[in-house]
Amino acid sequence: MWELFVSFFKIGLFTFGGGYAMLPMIKREIEEKRKWCSEAEILDYYAIGQCTPGVIAVNCATLVGYKKGGYIGAIVATAAVVLPSICIIIPIAAFIESFAEYAVVQHALAGIRVAVAVLVLRTVISLYKKNIKTAVAALVFFLALILSLVFHVSSVYIVVVAILGGLFFGIRARKEEKK
Amino acid sequence: MIFLKLFFAFFKTGLFAIGGGLATLPFLYEISETYGWFSADELANMLAVSESTPGPIGVNMATYAGFTAAGVPGALAAVVGLVLPAFLITAFIAAAFSRFRENRFVDAAFLGLRPAVVALISVAFLEVLKVSVLRLPGNPSVFLSPLHVPSLCLLVGLYALAHIRKKMHPVVLILLGALFGVLFRL
Repeated sequence: MWELFVSFFKIGLFTFGGGYAMLPMIKREIEEKRKWCSEAEILDYYAIGQCTPGVIAVNCATLVGYKKGGYIGAIVATAAVVLPSICIIIPIAAFIESFAEYAVVQHALAGIRVAVAVLVLRTVISLYKKNIKTAVAALVFFLALILSLVFHVSSVYIVVVAILGGLFFGIRARKEEKK
Repeated sequence: MIFLKLFFAFFKTGLFAIGGGLATLPFLYEISETYGWFSADELANMLAVSESTPGPIGVNMATYAGFTAAGVPGALAAVVGLVLPAFLITAFIAAAFSRFRENRFVDAAFLGLRPAVVALISVAFLEVLKVSVLRLPGNPSVFLSPLHVPSLCLLVGLYALAHIRKKMHPVVLILLGALFGVLFRL
């Protein structure tokens, strides 16, 4: 339980700029270091996190926390991922309201954004190599990419369609096996 | 009691703001107008701070707004309110998911899903890339002018570094980014 707390506290502490930035951290902490989930599972949780309301970072914490330790685990992980935010914002709100205007902060953030881009890129490349191995997978990938990038289809729809597609082809494959 | 009001206001926000932290903004403006705990100007500053600190933007905003309204207990009430709807729904799904994990149909469904998720993450990466190496609006008459070359250099440098030292912890990269950001005044 304590390890769950520590891991998600770290994740909450170093997530700059949105839910996807959290993915490299999660992969490192949860998959590689603690070995609580496989990469495939993490992707699945992300998919679920896309469809549920709320911050994707927090939902992932809830999902992994539940897997590791039931409802208590879910609460611990969720609290842990949120705590760094609270601990950092409150002092800033109380004492340094012009925090965002300091040049140092802005420069550091610009650099952090670059670092985050690098981390997410490496993660994307690694995920692509491991998960896009068949022609069908590549097709799904590019289809989803175009739908989202060019046509601005909401992630929720893409996830639902992908699930239905997976089901459809899965059932067909089984029927062919039986023949 | 202000804490209950804070809780419910943010519970509503947490329930209906779908699709990322910035989706909470309209709700926050509404709260600002309805309850007057903070002004629109204060909201703008809160947003700037929330984007500058670690953690999900939505949670940061809730903390800041709650604190402004009613101090530390206010911040806690707001955050719990914001997080609770998602938590309940997600926990419920987690419980259901674990039972269906072994189901072959669920397995097939997620198999189809994973490439799509990789695609979505790729799209998110492009957004992150845009924010990090472009400085919009830029000069329309100069080719590639929104491109901020120093940032791009740092990107290439950090990427090379991460490629060579594969075991490097993400946090180290982030700290290096911050360091070089300050050194080179990005």
